[in-house]
Amino acid sequence: MKKNWWKALALILVTYTLLAGLLMDAPRLNILNETIRNLHFHVTMWFGMVILLTASMVYAIKYLRSGQITLDDKSVELAKAGVLMGALGIITGAVWANYTWGEPWSGDSKQNAAAICLLIYFAYLVLRNSMKDEQQRARVSGVYNIFAYAAMIPLLFILPRLDPNSLHPGNGGNPGFNSYDLDSKLRVIFYPAVIGWTLMGAWLANLRVRTRQIERALED
Amino acid sequence: MNKNQIFSLIGKELLSEWRQRFALNGMVLYLASTIFVCYMSFGLKVGAIDAVTWNALFWIILLFTAVNSVAKSFIQESRGRALYYYSIASPIEIIISKTIYNALLLLALALVGFVIYSFVMERTNEDGTTFDLLYFLIAIVLGSLGLASSLTMISGIAAKAENSTSLMAVLSFPVILPIILMVIKLSKNAMDGLDRSVSTDEILILVAINAIVFAVSYLLFPYLWRS
Repeated sequence: MKKNWWKALALILVTYTLLAGLLMDAPRLNILNETIRNLHFHVTMWFGMVILLTASMVYAIKYLRSGQITLDDKSVELAKAGVLMGALGIITGAVWANYTWGEPWSGDSKQNAAAICLLIYFAYLVLRNSMKDEQQRARVSGVYNIFAYAAMIPLLFILPRLDPNSLHPGNGGNPGFNSYDLDSKLRVIFYPAVIGWTLMGAWLANLRVRTRQIERALED
Repeated sequence: MNKNQIFSLIGKELLSEWRQRFALNGMVLYLASTIFVCYMSFGLKVGAIDAVTWNALFWIILLFTAVNSVAKSFIQESRGRALYYYSIASPIEIIISKTIYNALLLLALALVGFVIYSFVMERTNEDGTTFDLLYFLIAIVLGSLGLASSLTMISGIAAKAENSTSLMAVLSFPVILPIILMVIKLSKNAMDGLDRSVSTDEILILVAINAIVFAVSYLLFPYLWRS
Protein backbone atom coordinates (compact mmCIF):
# COMPACT_ATOMS: atom_id res chain seq x y z
CA MET A 1 0.00 0.00 0.00
CA LYS A 2 2.88 2.31 0.76
CA LYS A 3 3.96 2.18 -2.86
CA ASN A 4 0.52 2.97 -4.19
CA TRP A 5 -0.03 6.37 -2.58
CA TRP A 6 0.63 8.13 -5.87
CA LYS A 7 -2.14 6.24 -7.61
CA ALA A 8 -4.58 7.37 -4.95
CA LEU A 9 -3.23 10.89 -5.36
CA ALA A 10 -3.77 10.67 -9.13
CA LEU A 11 -7.40 9.60 -8.62
CA ILE A 12 -8.06 12.34 -6.09
CA LEU A 13 -6.48 15.05 -8.24
CA VAL A 14 -8.27 13.98 -11.42
CA THR A 15 -11.61 13.77 -9.61
CA TYR A 16 -10.93 17.21 -8.16
CA THR A 17 -10.08 18.51 -11.62
CA LEU A 18 -13.26 17.14 -13.15
CA LEU A 19 -15.48 18.50 -10.39
CA ALA A 20 -13.79 21.80 -9.73
CA GLY A 21 -12.87 22.43 -13.35
CA LEU A 22 -16.45 22.06 -14.49
CA LEU A 23 -18.32 23.47 -11.50
CA MET A 24 -16.26 26.15 -9.84
CA ASP A 25 -16.45 29.78 -10.74
CA ALA A 26 -14.42 30.76 -13.81
CA PRO A 27 -13.49 34.27 -14.95
CA ARG A 28 -15.95 35.67 -17.49
CA LEU A 29 -14.03 36.96 -20.48
CA ASN A 30 -14.76 38.04 -24.02
CA ILE A 31 -14.73 35.32 -26.67
CA LEU A 32 -13.37 32.70 -24.27
CA ASN A 33 -16.32 32.80 -21.85
CA GLU A 34 -16.92 29.41 -20.28
CA THR A 35 -14.53 27.68 -22.67
CA ILE A 36 -11.68 28.87 -20.48
CA ARG A 37 -12.41 25.72 -18.46
CA ASN A 38 -10.72 23.82 -21.27
CA LEU A 39 -7.49 25.07 -19.69
CA HIS A 40 -7.77 22.21 -17.20
CA PHE A 41 -8.30 19.57 -19.87
CA HIS A 42 -6.39 20.79 -22.92
CA VAL A 43 -3.35 22.71 -21.68
CA THR A 44 -2.73 20.11 -18.99
CA MET A 45 -2.45 17.45 -21.71
CA TRP A 46 0.56 19.29 -23.16
CA PHE A 47 2.20 19.69 -19.79
CA GLY A 48 1.63 15.99 -19.13
CA MET A 49 2.93 15.05 -22.56
CA VAL A 50 6.15 17.03 -22.17
CA ILE A 51 6.74 15.60 -18.69
CA LEU A 52 6.13 12.01 -19.84
CA LEU A 53 8.30 12.40 -22.94
CA THR A 54 11.06 13.91 -20.80
CA ALA A 55 10.84 10.91 -18.48
CA SER A 56 10.98 8.65 -21.53
CA MET A 57 14.15 10.37 -22.68
CA VAL A 58 15.70 10.08 -19.20
CA TYR A 59 15.03 6.33 -19.24
CA ALA A 60 16.56 6.11 -22.73
CA ILE A 61 19.73 7.74 -21.37
CA LYS A 62 19.71 5.38 -18.39
CA TYR A 63 19.31 2.43 -20.74
CA LEU A 64 22.23 3.52 -22.92
CA ARG A 65 24.41 3.83 -19.83
CA SER A 66 23.52 0.47 -18.31
CA GLY A 67 22.06 -1.77 -21.02
CA GLN A 68 19.24 -3.10 -18.81
CA ILE A 69 16.29 -3.99 -21.01
CA THR A 70 13.71 -3.12 -18.32
CA LEU A 71 14.76 0.52 -18.58
CA ASP A 72 13.97 0.41 -22.29
CA ASP A 73 10.50 -0.96 -21.48
CA LYS A 74 9.89 2.06 -19.28
CA SER A 75 11.22 4.41 -21.93
CA VAL A 76 8.94 3.12 -24.69
CA GLU A 77 5.82 2.88 -22.56
CA LEU A 78 6.30 6.41 -21.23
CA ALA A 79 6.71 7.60 -24.82
CA LYS A 80 3.47 5.84 -25.78
CA ALA A 81 1.64 7.41 -22.86
CA GLY A 82 3.05 10.78 -23.95
CA VAL A 83 1.83 10.22 -27.50
CA LEU A 84 -1.64 9.36 -26.15
CA MET A 85 -1.69 12.61 -24.19
CA GLY A 86 -0.50 14.52 -27.24
CA ALA A 87 -3.30 13.04 -29.35
CA LEU A 88 -5.84 13.90 -26.66
CA GLY A 89 -4.37 17.39 -26.52
CA ILE A 90 -4.89 17.86 -30.24
CA ILE A 91 -8.46 16.56 -30.05
CA THR A 92 -9.44 18.68 -27.04
CA GLY A 93 -7.80 21.66 -28.72
CA ALA A 94 -9.64 21.05 -31.97
CA VAL A 95 -13.02 20.83 -30.23
CA TRP A 96 -12.28 24.05 -28.39
CA ALA A 97 -10.98 25.81 -31.48
CA ASN A 98 -14.09 24.82 -33.40
CA TYR A 99 -16.15 27.04 -31.09
CA THR A 100 -13.61 29.75 -30.37
CA TRP A 101 -11.77 30.23 -33.65
CA GLY A 102 -14.54 28.94 -35.91
CA GLU A 103 -12.69 25.91 -37.29
CA PRO A 104 -11.06 22.89 -35.72
CA TRP A 105 -7.73 23.28 -37.53
CA SER A 106 -6.49 26.70 -38.51
CA GLY A 107 -2.80 26.05 -39.07
CA ASP A 108 -1.80 27.89 -35.94
CA SER A 109 1.91 27.58 -35.19
CA LYS A 110 1.27 25.68 -31.97
CA GLN A 111 -1.05 23.26 -33.72
CA ASN A 112 1.60 22.63 -36.33
CA ALA A 113 4.29 22.14 -33.71
CA ALA A 114 2.08 19.66 -31.88
CA ALA A 115 1.40 17.72 -35.06
CA ILE A 116 5.10 17.57 -35.92
CA CYS A 117 5.92 16.44 -32.41
CA LEU A 118 3.47 13.56 -32.76
CA LEU A 119 4.99 12.71 -36.15
CA ILE A 120 8.41 12.45 -34.52
CA TYR A 121 7.17 9.98 -31.95
CA PHE A 122 5.20 7.97 -34.51
CA ALA A 123 8.47 7.70 -36.44
CA TYR A 124 10.08 6.48 -33.22
CA LEU A 125 7.48 3.72 -32.90
CA VAL A 126 7.88 2.75 -36.58
CA LEU A 127 11.65 2.58 -36.07
CA ARG A 128 11.17 0.23 -33.12
CA ASN A 129 8.99 -2.10 -35.13
CA SER A 130 11.51 -2.41 -37.92
CA MET A 131 14.11 -4.18 -35.80
CA LYS A 132 13.88 -7.69 -34.43
CA ASP A 133 16.77 -8.02 -32.02
CA GLU A 134 15.71 -6.76 -28.61
CA GLN A 135 18.99 -5.17 -27.53
CA GLN A 136 19.65 -3.55 -30.88
CA ARG A 137 16.11 -2.21 -31.02
CA ALA A 138 16.47 -0.77 -27.56
CA ARG A 139 19.82 0.85 -28.34
CA VAL A 140 18.98 2.34 -31.73
CA SER A 141 15.57 3.60 -30.71
CA GLY A 142 17.03 4.98 -27.49
CA VAL A 143 19.48 6.99 -29.55
CA TYR A 144 16.65 8.28 -31.76
CA ASN A 145 14.55 9.08 -28.71
CA ILE A 146 17.24 11.36 -27.26
CA PHE A 147 18.04 12.86 -30.65
CA ALA A 148 14.38 13.57 -31.40
CA TYR A 149 13.84 15.07 -27.98
CA ALA A 150 16.75 17.45 -28.51
CA ALA A 151 15.32 18.43 -31.88
CA MET A 152 11.84 18.85 -30.40
CA ILE A 153 12.74 21.47 -27.82
CA PRO A 154 13.26 24.32 -30.29
CA LEU A 155 10.11 23.20 -32.05
CA LEU A 156 7.81 23.29 -29.05
CA PHE A 157 9.23 26.06 -26.96
CA ILE A 158 10.92 28.52 -29.29
CA LEU A 159 9.24 28.52 -32.69
CA PRO A 160 5.63 29.16 -31.56
CA ARG A 161 6.82 32.12 -29.51
CA LEU A 162 8.45 33.64 -32.58
CA ASP A 163 5.25 33.54 -34.56
CA PRO A 164 3.54 36.91 -34.31
CA ASN A 165 0.29 35.59 -35.78
CA SER A 166 -0.47 32.78 -33.37
CA LEU A 167 -4.10 32.60 -32.32
CA HIS A 168 -3.42 30.98 -28.97
CA PRO A 169 -4.14 32.95 -25.84
CA GLY A 170 -0.85 34.35 -24.59
CA ASN A 171 0.63 34.67 -28.10
CA GLY A 172 0.61 37.28 -30.80
CA GLY A 173 -0.81 39.98 -28.57
CA ASN A 174 -3.64 37.80 -27.25
CA PRO A 175 -3.66 37.98 -23.49
CA GLY A 176 -2.62 34.74 -21.80
CA PHE A 177 -4.14 33.24 -18.75
CA ASN A 178 -1.60 34.95 -16.54
CA SER A 179 -3.26 38.23 -17.26
CA TYR A 180 -6.81 36.86 -17.05
CA ASP A 181 -6.38 35.07 -13.83
CA LEU A 182 -5.86 37.88 -11.42
CA ASP A 183 -7.17 36.11 -8.35
CA SER A 184 -5.58 32.73 -9.15
CA LYS A 185 -8.97 31.00 -9.36
CA LEU A 186 -7.75 29.03 -12.34
CA ARG A 187 -4.35 28.27 -10.92
CA VAL A 188 -5.69 26.37 -7.93
CA ILE A 189 -7.25 23.92 -10.35
CA PHE A 190 -4.68 24.08 -13.13
CA TYR A 191 -1.56 23.00 -11.27
CA PRO A 192 -3.18 20.07 -9.42
CA ALA A 193 -4.73 19.07 -12.76
CA VAL A 194 -1.28 18.95 -14.40
CA ILE A 195 0.00 16.69 -11.64
CA GLY A 196 -3.12 14.53 -11.71
CA TRP A 197 -3.15 13.93 -15.46
CA THR A 198 0.61 13.28 -15.52
CA LEU A 199 0.26 10.71 -12.75
CA MET A 200 -2.56 9.06 -14.70
CA GLY A 201 -0.22 8.79 -17.70
CA ALA A 202 2.53 7.37 -15.52
CA TRP A 203 0.09 4.86 -14.07
CA LEU A 204 -0.92 3.76 -17.56
CA ALA A 205 2.73 3.36 -18.54
CA ASN A 206 3.42 1.50 -15.31
CA LEU A 207 0.69 -1.06 -16.03
CA ARG A 208 1.98 -1.62 -19.56
CA VAL A 209 5.56 -2.01 -18.37
CA ARG A 210 4.44 -4.66 -15.92
CA THR A 211 2.52 -6.51 -18.65
CA ARG A 212 5.65 -6.46 -20.78
CA GLN A 213 7.74 -7.85 -17.98
CA ILE A 214 5.25 -10.63 -17.31
CA GLU A 215 5.20 -11.49 -21.01
CA ARG A 216 8.99 -11.61 -21.06
CA ALA A 217 9.08 -13.82 -17.97
CA LEU A 218 6.57 -16.18 -19.59
CA GLU A 219 8.65 -16.40 -22.74
CA ASP A 220 11.86 -17.27 -20.92
CA MET B 1 40.15 12.20 -31.17
CA ASN B 2 42.85 12.93 -33.65
CA LYS B 3 42.78 15.82 -36.09
CA ASN B 4 44.90 14.08 -38.71
CA GLN B 5 42.68 11.04 -38.53
CA ILE B 6 39.61 13.18 -39.22
CA PHE B 7 41.30 14.88 -42.15
CA SER B 8 42.39 11.58 -43.65
CA LEU B 9 38.87 10.17 -43.23
CA ILE B 10 37.42 13.20 -45.02
CA GLY B 11 40.09 12.81 -47.69
CA LYS B 12 39.12 9.17 -48.11
CA GLU B 13 35.43 10.08 -48.49
CA LEU B 14 36.32 12.66 -51.12
CA LEU B 15 38.57 10.23 -52.94
CA SER B 16 35.99 7.46 -53.01
CA GLU B 17 33.41 9.98 -54.20
CA TRP B 18 35.74 11.01 -56.99
CA ARG B 19 36.36 7.42 -57.99
CA GLN B 20 32.63 6.82 -58.17
CA ARG B 21 31.89 9.90 -60.21
CA PHE B 22 28.73 8.32 -61.55
CA ALA B 23 27.18 8.67 -58.07
CA LEU B 24 28.07 12.35 -57.89
CA ASN B 25 26.89 12.98 -61.43
CA GLY B 26 23.73 11.08 -60.56
CA MET B 27 23.02 13.43 -57.68
CA VAL B 28 23.62 16.54 -59.77
CA LEU B 29 21.39 15.11 -62.48
CA TYR B 30 18.73 14.25 -59.89
CA LEU B 31 18.80 17.86 -58.75
CA ALA B 32 18.68 19.22 -62.28
CA SER B 33 15.83 16.93 -63.34
CA THR B 34 13.78 17.78 -60.26
CA ILE B 35 14.23 21.46 -60.95
CA PHE B 36 13.26 20.92 -64.55
CA VAL B 37 10.18 18.91 -63.60
CA CYS B 38 9.11 21.75 -61.32
CA TYR B 39 9.79 24.24 -64.08
CA MET B 40 7.65 22.27 -66.55
CA SER B 41 4.82 21.48 -64.13
CA PHE B 42 4.46 25.06 -62.98
CA GLY B 43 4.19 26.02 -66.64
CA LEU B 44 6.60 28.85 -66.19
CA LYS B 45 6.52 29.88 -69.81
CA VAL B 46 3.07 31.23 -69.08
CA GLY B 47 3.71 33.15 -65.92
CA ALA B 48 6.25 33.48 -63.15
CA ILE B 49 5.53 32.21 -59.64
CA ASP B 50 5.54 34.50 -56.65
CA ALA B 51 8.47 34.84 -54.30
CA VAL B 52 7.05 32.73 -51.46
CA THR B 53 6.47 29.72 -53.71
CA TRP B 54 9.81 30.19 -55.43
CA ASN B 55 11.64 30.10 -52.12
CA ALA B 56 9.70 27.20 -50.59
CA LEU B 57 10.06 25.12 -53.74
CA PHE B 58 13.81 25.69 -53.80
CA TRP B 59 14.21 24.39 -50.26
CA ILE B 60 11.92 21.42 -50.80
CA ILE B 61 13.98 20.38 -53.83
CA LEU B 62 17.16 20.75 -51.79
CA LEU B 63 15.65 18.77 -48.91
CA PHE B 64 14.84 15.80 -51.11
CA THR B 65 18.23 15.91 -52.82
CA ALA B 66 19.88 16.07 -49.41
CA VAL B 67 17.95 13.09 -48.05
CA ASN B 68 18.85 11.06 -51.11
CA SER B 69 22.51 11.95 -51.16
CA VAL B 70 23.20 11.70 -47.43
CA ALA B 71 21.30 8.42 -47.17
CA LYS B 72 24.18 6.62 -48.79
CA SER B 73 26.73 7.71 -46.19
CA PHE B 74 25.90 4.84 -43.85
CA ILE B 75 23.19 2.85 -45.58
CA GLN B 76 25.12 2.08 -48.72
CA GLU B 77 28.32 1.24 -46.94
CA SER B 78 29.04 -2.48 -47.07
CA ARG B 79 29.14 -4.26 -43.73
CA GLY B 80 32.73 -5.33 -44.10
CA ARG B 81 33.99 -1.88 -44.96
CA ALA B 82 32.10 -0.35 -42.04
CA LEU B 83 33.71 -2.84 -39.68
CA TYR B 84 37.11 -1.97 -41.09
CA TYR B 85 36.63 1.75 -40.44
CA TYR B 86 35.47 1.06 -36.94
CA SER B 87 38.55 -0.97 -36.23
CA ILE B 88 40.95 1.77 -37.34
CA ALA B 89 39.16 4.90 -36.10
CA SER B 90 37.08 5.95 -33.11
CA PRO B 91 33.33 6.49 -33.58
CA ILE B 92 33.66 10.19 -32.78
CA GLU B 93 36.17 10.66 -35.58
CA ILE B 94 33.88 8.83 -37.96
CA ILE B 95 30.78 10.87 -37.20
CA ILE B 96 32.72 14.16 -37.35
CA SER B 97 34.38 13.33 -40.65
CA LYS B 98 31.14 12.07 -42.19
CA THR B 99 29.28 15.18 -41.06
CA ILE B 100 31.93 17.52 -42.45
CA TYR B 101 32.08 15.59 -45.69
CA ASN B 102 28.29 15.62 -46.08
CA ALA B 103 28.21 19.33 -45.29
CA LEU B 104 30.70 19.97 -48.09
CA LEU B 105 28.76 17.74 -50.45
CA LEU B 106 25.41 19.38 -49.67
CA LEU B 107 26.93 22.84 -49.92
CA ALA B 108 28.27 22.05 -53.38
CA LEU B 109 24.94 20.55 -54.46
CA ALA B 110 23.01 23.50 -53.04
CA LEU B 111 25.19 26.00 -54.90
CA VAL B 112 24.87 24.10 -58.18
CA GLY B 113 21.13 23.81 -57.55
CA PHE B 114 20.85 27.51 -56.81
CA VAL B 115 22.55 28.40 -60.08
CA ILE B 116 20.35 26.08 -62.17
CA TYR B 117 17.23 27.03 -60.24
CA SER B 118 17.64 30.78 -60.61
CA PHE B 119 18.58 30.23 -64.27
CA VAL B 120 15.32 28.52 -65.26
CA MET B 121 12.78 29.57 -62.65
CA GLU B 122 11.40 33.05 -63.08
CA ARG B 123 9.84 34.78 -60.15
CA THR B 124 7.86 37.91 -59.67
CA ASN B 125 9.43 40.21 -57.17
CA GLU B 126 7.43 42.64 -55.17
CA ASP B 127 8.16 46.16 -56.24
CA GLY B 128 11.26 47.87 -55.01
CA THR B 129 12.90 44.83 -53.48
CA THR B 130 16.48 43.87 -54.11
CA PHE B 131 17.80 40.35 -53.85
CA ASP B 132 20.33 40.19 -51.01
CA LEU B 133 22.71 37.62 -52.47
CA LEU B 134 25.12 37.52 -49.52
CA TYR B 135 22.40 36.71 -47.00
CA PHE B 136 20.83 34.18 -49.33
CA LEU B 137 24.21 32.45 -49.52
CA ILE B 138 24.46 32.54 -45.72
CA ALA B 139 21.07 30.82 -45.62
CA ILE B 140 22.36 28.19 -48.03
CA VAL B 141 25.49 27.59 -45.95
CA LEU B 142 23.60 27.33 -42.65
CA GLY B 143 20.91 25.21 -44.25
CA SER B 144 23.39 22.73 -45.71
CA LEU B 145 25.23 22.51 -42.39
CA GLY B 146 22.01 21.80 -40.51
CA LEU B 147 20.76 19.29 -43.06
CA ALA B 148 24.14 17.56 -43.12
CA SER B 149 24.49 17.20 -39.36
CA SER B 150 20.98 15.92 -38.70
CA LEU B 151 20.76 13.71 -41.79
CA THR B 152 24.14 12.09 -41.17
CA MET B 153 23.06 11.02 -37.70
CA ILE B 154 19.64 9.86 -38.91
CA SER B 155 21.19 7.83 -41.71
CA GLY B 156 23.38 6.16 -39.09
CA ILE B 157 20.23 5.28 -37.15
CA ALA B 158 18.26 4.15 -40.20
CA ALA B 159 21.13 1.97 -41.41
CA LYS B 160 20.67 -0.23 -38.34
CA ALA B 161 17.07 -1.06 -39.22
CA GLU B 162 15.46 -3.00 -42.01
CA ASN B 163 13.81 -1.11 -44.85
CA SER B 164 16.21 1.75 -44.21
CA THR B 165 15.64 3.97 -47.24
CA SER B 166 11.99 4.71 -46.52
CA LEU B 167 12.73 4.85 -42.81
CA MET B 168 15.32 7.52 -43.52
CA ALA B 169 12.65 9.88 -44.85
CA VAL B 170 10.18 9.08 -42.07
CA LEU B 171 12.75 9.66 -39.33
CA SER B 172 14.34 12.75 -40.77
CA PHE B 173 11.48 14.96 -41.95
CA PRO B 174 9.96 15.84 -38.59
CA VAL B 175 13.41 16.39 -37.07
CA ILE B 176 14.55 18.63 -39.92
CA LEU B 177 11.43 20.79 -39.96
CA PRO B 178 12.62 23.44 -37.47
CA ILE B 179 15.79 23.91 -39.52
CA ILE B 180 13.89 24.13 -42.81
CA LEU B 181 11.34 26.58 -41.40
CA MET B 182 14.08 28.88 -40.10
CA VAL B 183 16.08 28.66 -43.32
CA ILE B 184 13.00 29.46 -45.41
CA LYS B 185 12.31 32.50 -43.26
CA LEU B 186 15.93 33.65 -43.47
CA SER B 187 16.16 33.26 -47.23
CA LYS B 188 12.79 34.96 -47.71
CA ASN B 189 14.13 37.94 -45.76
CA ALA B 190 17.17 37.95 -48.04
CA MET B 191 15.00 37.72 -51.16
CA ASP B 192 12.90 40.66 -50.06
CA GLY B 193 16.09 42.61 -49.39
CA LEU B 194 14.96 43.40 -45.86
CA ASP B 195 17.33 45.21 -43.59
CA ARG B 196 20.01 42.75 -42.50
CA SER B 197 19.42 43.31 -38.80
CA VAL B 198 15.97 41.71 -39.22
CA SER B 199 17.59 38.35 -39.94
CA THR B 200 19.91 38.26 -36.91
CA ASP B 201 17.37 36.29 -34.84
CA GLU B 202 16.96 33.63 -37.50
CA ILE B 203 20.71 33.26 -37.98
CA LEU B 204 21.27 32.88 -34.25
CA ILE B 205 18.50 30.30 -33.91
CA LEU B 206 19.85 28.35 -36.89
CA VAL B 207 23.35 28.33 -35.44
CA ALA B 208 21.92 27.22 -32.09
CA ILE B 209 19.86 24.39 -33.61
CA ASN B 210 22.90 23.26 -35.60
CA ALA B 211 24.99 23.29 -32.44
CA ILE B 212 22.39 21.24 -30.52
CA VAL B 213 22.07 18.67 -33.29
CA PHE B 214 25.81 18.38 -33.73
CA ALA B 215 26.48 18.08 -30.00
CA VAL B 216 23.80 15.43 -29.58
CA SER B 217 25.08 13.35 -32.47
CA TYR B 218 28.64 13.68 -31.12
CA LEU B 219 27.45 12.29 -27.78
CA LEU B 220 25.13 9.59 -29.12
CA PHE B 221 26.99 8.13 -32.06
CA PRO B 222 29.37 5.99 -29.96
CA TYR B 223 26.31 4.16 -28.53
CA LEU B 224 24.84 3.61 -31.96
CA TRP B 225 28.13 2.29 -33.27
CA ARG B 226 28.35 -0.49 -30.70
CA SER B 227 25.43 -2.43 -32.12
